Amino acid sequence: MASGLRILVPVKRVIDYAIKPRINKAQTGVEIAGVKHSLNPFDELSIEEAVRLRERKGPLKVDNILALSAGGAKCADTLRTAMAMGADRAFHIDVPDSADGGLEPLTVAKMLKEVVKKEDINLVFLGKQAIDGDQGQTGQMLAGLLGWPQATQASKVEIKDESGTVEVVHEVDGGVETLRAKLPLIITTDLRLNEPRYASLPNIMKAKKKPLQKMTLADFGVEDKKRLKTLKVTEPPARQGGGKVEDVDGLIGKLKELGAL
Amino acid sequence: MSSTRHFSIALRRARIPRPRCAITPITVRVPSARAFSVSSTVQATKEIKYTTNAYPDLHRNPTFAEITAQDVTFFKELLGSQSAVIDGVTTDATDDIEPFNSDWMRKYRGHTKLVLKPQSTAELSKVLQYCNERKLAVVPQGGNTGLVGGGVPVFDEIVINTARLNKIHSFDDASGVLVADAGVILEVADQYLAERNHLFPLDLGAKGSCHIGGNVSTNAGGLRLLRYGSLHGSVLGLEAVLPDGTVVDSLSTLRKNNTGYDLKQLFIGSEGTIGIITKIAIQCPSRPKAVNVAYFGLESYDQVRAAFKEAKGQLSEILSAFELMDGRSQKLVSESTGNKCPLEGEYPFYCLVETSGSNAEHDMEKLETFLEHIMGEGIVADGVLAQDETQFQSIWRWREGITEALSHLGGTYKYDVSIPLPELYQLVEDCKARLTKMGFVGDDDSFPVRAVVGYGHMGDSNLHLNIAVRQYNKEVEKAIEPWVYEWIQKRNGSISAEHGLGLAKKEFIGYSQNDTMVKLMKQLKGLYDPNGIMNPYKYI
Repeated sequence: MASGLRILVPVKRVIDYAIKPRINKAQTGVEIAGVKHSLNPFDELSIEEAVRLRERKGPLKVDNILALSAGGAKCADTLRTAMAMGADRAFHIDVPDSADGGLEPLTVAKMLKEVVKKEDINLVFLGKQAIDGDQGQTGQMLAGLLGWPQATQASKVEIKDESGTVEVVHEVDGGVETLRAKLPLIITTDLRLNEPRYASLPNIMKAKKKPLQKMTLADFGVEDKKRLKTLKVTEPPARQGGGKVEDVDGLIGKLKELGAL
Repeated sequence: MSSTRHFSIALRRARIPRPRCAITPITVRVPSARAFSVSSTVQATKEIKYTTNAYPDLHRNPTFAEITAQDVTFFKELLGSQSAVIDGVTTDATDDIEPFNSDWMRKYRGHTKLVLKPQSTAELSKVLQYCNERKLAVVPQGGNTGLVGGGVPVFDEIVINTARLNKIHSFDDASGVLVADAGVILEVADQYLAERNHLFPLDLGAKGSCHIGGNVSTNAGGLRLLRYGSLHGSVLGLEAVLPDGTVVDSLSTLRKNNTGYDLKQLFIGSEGTIGIITKIAIQCPSRPKAVNVAYFGLESYDQVRAAFKEAKGQLSEILSAFELMDGRSQKLVSESTGNKCPLEGEYPFYCLVETSGSNAEHDMEKLETFLEHIMGEGIVADGVLAQDETQFQSIWRWREGITEALSHLGGTYKYDVSIPLPELYQLVEDCKARLTKMGFVGDDDSFPVRAVVGYGHMGDSNLHLNIAVRQYNKEVEKAIEPWVYEWIQKRNGSISAEHGLGLAKKEFIGYSQNDTMVKLMKQLKGLYDPNGIMNPYKYI
């Protein structure tokens, strides 16, 4: 086993979770122009966990934390946030923004596989899902492609020894399972794992000087192939609002009208 | 997936214990601590004490008539609808009337027996005309969210509630002028404007209940004052009814109108003592598309001032809030919420800076330059910048949660004051030194005072001095008052920055206004309300 941890954290720029998404006029997706975007909350947990492993200083040292994002030009902001939180460097895979939801999980997994090989990564933290597509597949597909063990929905991660034994508490319906595996390993993160830190001003400034490398899918020999086609996106039926009545007589009249009296 | 479908709930639970609504999250920021700041003491007892018991020196003005059954009949015929009159004179309507008799802080309680809710200016005019002739005293009331007891009766004054004057009349999206009835709820008006990409130039914690007419008549300040200015500037026109029934139609929608005395200003901030506002025309700005917030730790008050100066200089047109919180106040929030402070170390002062603008990238660029500058110059010791909406809201909680944190700890003596900026925080230091010297402040239960904290709207030179006590104590009260008022008077400050006078501050007006000013005010009152029926026993 190699001397330290070389961690890859793929991150996605998504519509801020506190914003209510609106469906576009053509009903092919959600409106993204002019809407506040942020780092996918699960990926934020991944970054935080990677940084905490470094701060724990323990049994295995963290050599390097690489953040990666695939998308349009603004992904650079997301990567700067990741670096302000503690990632050492970043890859920005330039993929033009498109209305059809961007890369599919399998394409992302294939790309990540190449990154893992090229950068000699031995631990990958992924969010268990991105809150825009809600597909929750990329981590598992990557584990499959690499033939690595995986621990999904982690709520606790612990490096047990220098040989790279990792214990992960895995969230399941109605409880938890504790899994043990050896590096290299894929971990997907869940909400209870940690509480992400704020990006402090000094770190935001330092992040500006950290290396951010721009690349394309072709650099990894991967093609943006679509296997799925979104036919239609619609909103759930709107809640019927209540009405106001002027007085008791009005209320009784309304109730009679509705046949309740 | 274990929790996919519960995602948003789980995420909220995990990250912000008490999230606010997220309909238009870019600008939604509901509970302002300001709305909860009261000027002296909040005491929650099961039964609210009558104001007449709390203020034994107040006596019912003997020239006012008593309400008779005949009066009630007149009002019922005039207003028609059953829901327009709550009659406690000829019937027992105690439960229905109680909400109109007492305030939400449970601090004031009157003896009224009649509530009237006119639906039009014409009806209101006839009501007032009748009351004036009969010498029946009245109290204009909006959403009843006041903090100084101005909107609730003291004796048997008739409550005239504006709840049924609630129509929005017009909005022009080119000029941004909104014309609406006095009884429209602030949040309703703001949502109406949000759909049209504008916003109401006033925001405060009570927005879900307060009426815009009440806001204007009390000249409410609120969170957006630094950016959008006071209502004296944004209200373009209004319609009001004088006690003799005269309808004052000054409902201009013009920004410029230099023809004669600007009489509408008399109604803004006069707390219903010379007339009742029925409609307003107000200038509304475009809704900002991008909002950012940063939170800093600073080593001294001088650095806070320096940071404010830099913020004004570098963020100028996008700066929308600059809030000051002292270290003790943030410690109390941390203790009561259990949340971890966004910053690592502890600092004597914290600031919250918010920007609102039209272009997220431009704003971010400006903000980052500003942040780099103040960090580089050593003005701020540490800071964070909200990276997403969740962080944005949790950072605001550190400012807005102060009042709540204080209320968990027991009683609080609260003062809402304006002081020239250089000495703004000195009041807190002096007050703390004074109370410590007198042996009142300490960490264990044998000391009555737990902490003296200060926070407020740095941008408006408005400080909230809060003295958190373990139990209310006459001696502590004597040590604070009138010392605080004298301290403020010496610096030409204001003893009530945004909460108004009402009943609570009436007797202290002399600390902020000289005899001539008070005399002129009394002359005006006498001119428009010769019988003194409008909101008596209060204001001046």
